[in-house]
Amino acid sequence: MSAFLPVLRVTLAKDMRLEWRSKDAINSMLFFALLVVVIFSFSFDLTAEESRRIAGGLVWVALLFAAVVALNQTWARELRNQVLDAYRVSPAPAESLFLAKAIGNFLFVIILVALMTPLFVVFYDLRSVGPAYQLVFAAVLGTWALVVNGTFFAAMSIRTRSREVMLPLLLFPISIPALLAMVAATTAILTGDNSPYLSLVFLAVYDIVFTIVGFFLFETVLHAE
Amino acid sequence: MKSAFSIFALITLALLSYGLYQGLIVAPREMTMGDVQRIFYYHVPSAWTAFLCFFANLVASIWYLATREPKADAIALSTAEVGVVFCTVVLVTGPIWAKPIWGIWWTWDARLTSTLVLWLIYVSYLLLRRYSTAGQNPVLASVLAIFGAVDVVFVYMAIRWFRTQHPQPVVGGGEGSGIDPRMMNALLMNWVGFLGLALLVIWLRYKLERLRQQVEEAHAMRAIAGAKGVAR
Repeated sequence: MSAFLPVLRVTLAKDMRLEWRSKDAINSMLFFALLVVVIFSFSFDLTAEESRRIAGGLVWVALLFAAVVALNQTWARELRNQVLDAYRVSPAPAESLFLAKAIGNFLFVIILVALMTPLFVVFYDLRSVGPAYQLVFAAVLGTWALVVNGTFFAAMSIRTRSREVMLPLLLFPISIPALLAMVAATTAILTGDNSPYLSLVFLAVYDIVFTIVGFFLFETVLHAE
Repeated sequence: MKSAFSIFALITLALLSYGLYQGLIVAPREMTMGDVQRIFYYHVPSAWTAFLCFFANLVASIWYLATREPKADAIALSTAEVGVVFCTVVLVTGPIWAKPIWGIWWTWDARLTSTLVLWLIYVSYLLLRRYSTAGQNPVLASVLAIFGAVDVVFVYMAIRWFRTQHPQPVVGGGEGSGIDPRMMNALLMNWVGFLGLALLVIWLRYKLERLRQQVEEAHAMRAIAGAKGVAR
């Protein structure tokens, strides 16, 4: 276990440096999310009141789709030059690799959230009725819920024949309860109708449970022959 | 073994016919819902059977991860496939029943949604099995089964808290619940029949999967033997 933190740190630093130089994930995610926002706003012609009610759903659906773009690249990157095989034979703990990837993806997606929020405000004329700072909790907990499972299932889908297609097929059904809670929390905050407390607690529990499950099962998936 | 299977198949057939008779003829007409209610004898037993199949799949998946026993994987695969079929029956009969009674085909209540999500998870499970290569397929599938089981708990809670219309449990619910004994009899008979049918198909599917595994193993052994021969 002594190698846990160093491996985590090195892997995360490597991924960040790669992303900083190539900006592959963030560029494609950002443009994809922008397209989704624009298409949604074309598809529904909304008043400010209506958009406040459904924006929670729109934001998270856009994020879910956009996150898949980045998540698919997480492990695809390691397939080149057989890096993933090298991980497999190295004594580095698999769990730290998983956490490093999850944290990396979390950072990408949270940056995306930060950049998309103004877009939503502009396109949907949004103004929060409830305390807007609470949106930060919803964003952080919700993003982690998407990313921790996404990172795990990306590692699974990369082992299948139809790599990129498989990830959403695995991730979306599992993410349904998290999505419900994210949308409930965001809508509660935006409309100010009720307290988002329950959905935030739900999300936190979801995050903790799936982080633990992913953490302990990752090695099995990495070493699946 | 063959005769055991035939006897079991005959018993199942008899049970299913008896269940059909009980459900359509013997069980009384429901007071408010009328004859539409008779779909209940198919809807509920299918649901119970599907859930049992998925539960068996979870147990077999954990068993496989713990021991890497190919038999466990064959059980996991066959129960998942049969579970998806019964779950599909539930999801089709549900709306047919709901439309004349509730006036809508579908509502997002806890049990409907949990069943739908469970179905989605197991369809993705079957897709994963289909698209992964033979060797790693059982491991990945077992892991997904565990994720799915954990997820269903969350789905149920999420719907109860964040969305809320299904009748309260009629069988085994609180006070005021309960049904005519003849209805109960028809329900249980059908359930036993359905369970028998499910076991029958699982049995066949299991045998088929075991054969496939053995053929694959024989091919691998032969390849190894061939490689040794060349090396010599």
